[in-house]
Amino acid sequence: MTEQEPLPRSTIDDVVPVETTWTTGRIITKEQPTPETVRLRMLVDDRQRHAPGQHYLIRLRAPDGYTAQRSYSVASDDDDPLTEFLVERLPGGEVSEFLADVAEVGDVLELRGPIGRWFVWDGRTPALCLVGGTGVVPAIAMLRTARRLGRVDQLTVVAVGRSPEMLPYVEELRHAGATVAYTRHDDGQRPAGPPTRDEVLALLGSAELVYVCGSPRFAEYAVPLVLDCGVDPTAVRVEQFGATG
Amino acid sequence: MPVTRGFFRKRPEGPAGRLPPGQYDTGSSWPVLTAEATPRINLDSWTFSVDGLVDRPTTWTWEEIQRLPRSTYTGDIHCVTTWSKFDVAFSGVSVDDLLEAAGPQADARFVMAHSTTGYTTNLALSDVTGGKAWVVWEYGGQPLARQHGGPVRLLVPHLYFWKSAKWISRLELLAEDQPGFWERNGYHDRGDPWLEQRYQGDP
Repeated sequence: MTEQEPLPRSTIDDVVPVETTWTTGRIITKEQPTPETVRLRMLVDDRQRHAPGQHYLIRLRAPDGYTAQRSYSVASDDDDPLTEFLVERLPGGEVSEFLADVAEVGDVLELRGPIGRWFVWDGRTPALCLVGGTGVVPAIAMLRTARRLGRVDQLTVVAVGRSPEMLPYVEELRHAGATVAYTRHDDGQRPAGPPTRDEVLALLGSAELVYVCGSPRFAEYAVPLVLDCGVDPTAVRVEQFGATG
Repeated sequence: MPVTRGFFRKRPEGPAGRLPPGQYDTGSSWPVLTAEATPRINLDSWTFSVDGLVDRPTTWTWEEIQRLPRSTYTGDIHCVTTWSKFDVAFSGVSVDDLLEAAGPQADARFVMAHSTTGYTTNLALSDVTGGKAWVVWEYGGQPLARQHGGPVRLLVPHLYFWKSAKWISRLELLAEDQPGFWERNGYHDRGDPWLEQRYQGDP
């Protein structure tokens, strides 16, 4: 058996700009998987192909022409006929509160995407995702793509949530073999608390890239943790989101 | 584009002429968005350089750059993720003074800003000259925090804030425009918030 030539890891310089334009999409399903989130599955008009980790903009338009837009990571695989978003309802968030409380199945929203060529997984590079809260969304897209490509062994996911009830996609994560750490819940297998250095070190394996996604507070914990495990800073890709509504 | 059923403006319009289209006033908060691990930079070994198409490639140490004439920007900043922040005050040195020391050559028309992390962003030379850009290390009279690009970041406040590269270490003058990090990742090459030049494909 000959050893397979390792595929070159994509670097910043391999990325080419891709133009996107505004389009529309219809809400096909709307669910509330956790108390603070809604899951929207949408049929996007003139949809472009996307890679796991990319995001879309959702824009709302008031009768007086006022608009508000926010970025949402895609949870679905490119193979899925619908495009899935998970929206965390932020108090006072003009877009997230609208999507959670007002938007209904059948509504048409403005969308633009996919955007982002950095926080994406190429479907082949061995990678670890360390994600927290609604930051699990791009990891869900990566897991779904890995499953389609038959490359689930290339992707390790560590998901962090307060409790099973508060962690979106918890069943899917467990099913996919993700390590789930609850910061305020003892599930009988591990005591409550954030992932430790030893836990992450044991899961790093041959990962060449580490994706960190979550709140700025989560990233402040997670990034030093992976660097402390000896990961090269240039191998860490971070996606942070905050209370921008 | 259609009006979104059930959506109405809730936020006040804000001061006239200060909020670019699609932006909102974030008030006292300052959201943090970075793509890389936040670096720890030792000012004892920190340097800042201007090179590329210049007559005198120049490097400053932390002590040297602080001896340059101090310059302060007071005004607004606008992030592509749609928040704007009014009446901020950053202090450091004007990019004009840095360029004057290095002497841009006649064919230099663009600048690539480089950070210690490898982050890059591209700018037209005309967007960083004429009192429009700074290299700053103070925010509100205090040392600039690490997560906001401290110890030293670029400040180009008339463009979206990703152009104000955190952890700046080098300005490279170029004859041709080349996309930087976010620009290769889908963001606009110029990024004027008043023209809503957010992403590749915008006018």
